[in-house]
Amino acid sequence: MSNPTHLRYTAEHEWIAVDGAGGDLAKVGVTAYAADALGDVVYVDLPGVGSGVTAGETCGELESTKSVSDLYAPVTGEVVEVNGAVDADPSLINSDPFGEGWLFVVKVTGTPELLDAAAYEALLEA
Amino acid sequence: MTTPSGTPRLTPLHHVHSALGASFTDFAGWQMPVRYGSETAEHRAVRTRAGLFDLTHMGEIELTGTGAGAALDHALVSRPSAIGVGRARYSMICAEDGGVIDDLVVYRLAEEHFLIVANASNVAVVAPELAVRAEGYDVQVRDASADWALLAVQGPASAAIVADLTDLDVPSLRYYAIDAGTLAGIDVLLARTGYTGEDGFEVYCRPADAAAAWAALSAAGEPHGLVPAGLACRDTLRLEAGMPLYGHELDRKTTPFEAGLGRVVVLDKPGGFVGDAALARRKEEGVQRTLVGIVSSGRRSPRAGYPVHDPATGAEVGVITSGAPSPSLEKPIAMAYVAPALAAPGTRLAVSLRGTLEDAEVVELPFYSRTR
Repeated sequence: MSNPTHLRYTAEHEWIAVDGAGGDLAKVGVTAYAADALGDVVYVDLPGVGSGVTAGETCGELESTKSVSDLYAPVTGEVVEVNGAVDADPSLINSDPFGEGWLFVVKVTGTPELLDAAAYEALLEA
Repeated sequence: MTTPSGTPRLTPLHHVHSALGASFTDFAGWQMPVRYGSETAEHRAVRTRAGLFDLTHMGEIELTGTGAGAALDHALVSRPSAIGVGRARYSMICAEDGGVIDDLVVYRLAEEHFLIVANASNVAVVAPELAVRAEGYDVQVRDASADWALLAVQGPASAAIVADLTDLDVPSLRYYAIDAGTLAGIDVLLARTGYTGEDGFEVYCRPADAAAAWAALSAAGEPHGLVPAGLACRDTLRLEAGMPLYGHELDRKTTPFEAGLGRVVVLDKPGGFVGDAALARRKEEGVQRTLVGIVSSGRRSPRAGYPVHDPATGAEVGVITSGAPSPSLEKPIAMAYVAPALAAPGTRLAVSLRGTLEDAEVVELPFYSRTR
């Protein structure tokens, strides 16, 4: 399983792509490992645009055929965009977790320490 | 979940599943394939074509001897002595208080030889309990689980797939029948049974032959669209078919009557049976809760343990036992125990989905029936 090296990761199996002119926008998704562990995702409950999220706290849910999992905010800030395509077709999370299956974008005000790909993979193997 | 020793058991097909890219889950002390790719795709393959399952975790208990039928009549709620040779029946073993210890399939392999299939999570309880209940009868009770691998081919194409491989006459093997023969040259017991709501077969063979049987079924199934199928889709398939799962719809605090399985209980057996007094009383007095099917209109699914409310009063009136998004119905389905007054199809209920009440409606079980 390959975790792109340009992304950052959390122990809750989320990825973060830092973007924006000042590097203050973070696109968030779940990793291929998480998508595989969940099974087929059938419903996503994402935070609304304009809502605040706090790093480490739940901000939504992912529901698969098997179970419901909390979605944790990997960074603190305000949600500025959510992926409408994944809301309409949650299977994008399974088919392309690092791409079309992204979840939302946060205008970041606070970032905890995140993992790089190597550290995340070390965590998976632990 | 892990075994007490912490080391999950592997089936003789473990390496096959690994090579197929399976995801595994610990289930009743076994490491079992939960899915190979998409469990929804596996589910649909079983409904429309065929799926191949490894069910080696299931427990097998064999009873042999002139008293085998009488011992089982005493030990179980049904009347296994009346099962014809080569036939199978669904049954249950209950405690003295009527609570279900396990649900079982009883096969009569010969006049004096029965094969009992128990849930993996319960066989360590059921086998010794059967031995105790068989005392005084001329019968040997043996936990033969380690002697048997179990594969299942389920789906509308399964008869054609199996017929290509076996010397047995598949069209004449009726639903809930079993026969001994060969499959791809391997000695097997071939049963027309399953847990998916589709036509299908269960293949009992020696563990050393399991990989060859799997390979033969895979190859024969390929032109029919057969895919390997894991426990995740097995659960949604049985839920759609309205079949109970021990630990969800059935447990020690539940009698067959709450679960809608009273038809399995034969109260007037001449010699009586373990639990008969409690079960007769429960039938006489009626149940306080009853198993129903529920569909909800939202996208989020009820799940086991979620409370069920009466929308008219807001009162909590029951609990979900199993729930999932149904791949066939394309909406959430669930089973629940509710007060009998709220069990009629069409009754409006509400399910508490992590704090939010979602509208739901009682429907007839099963959710899905195959067209025959």
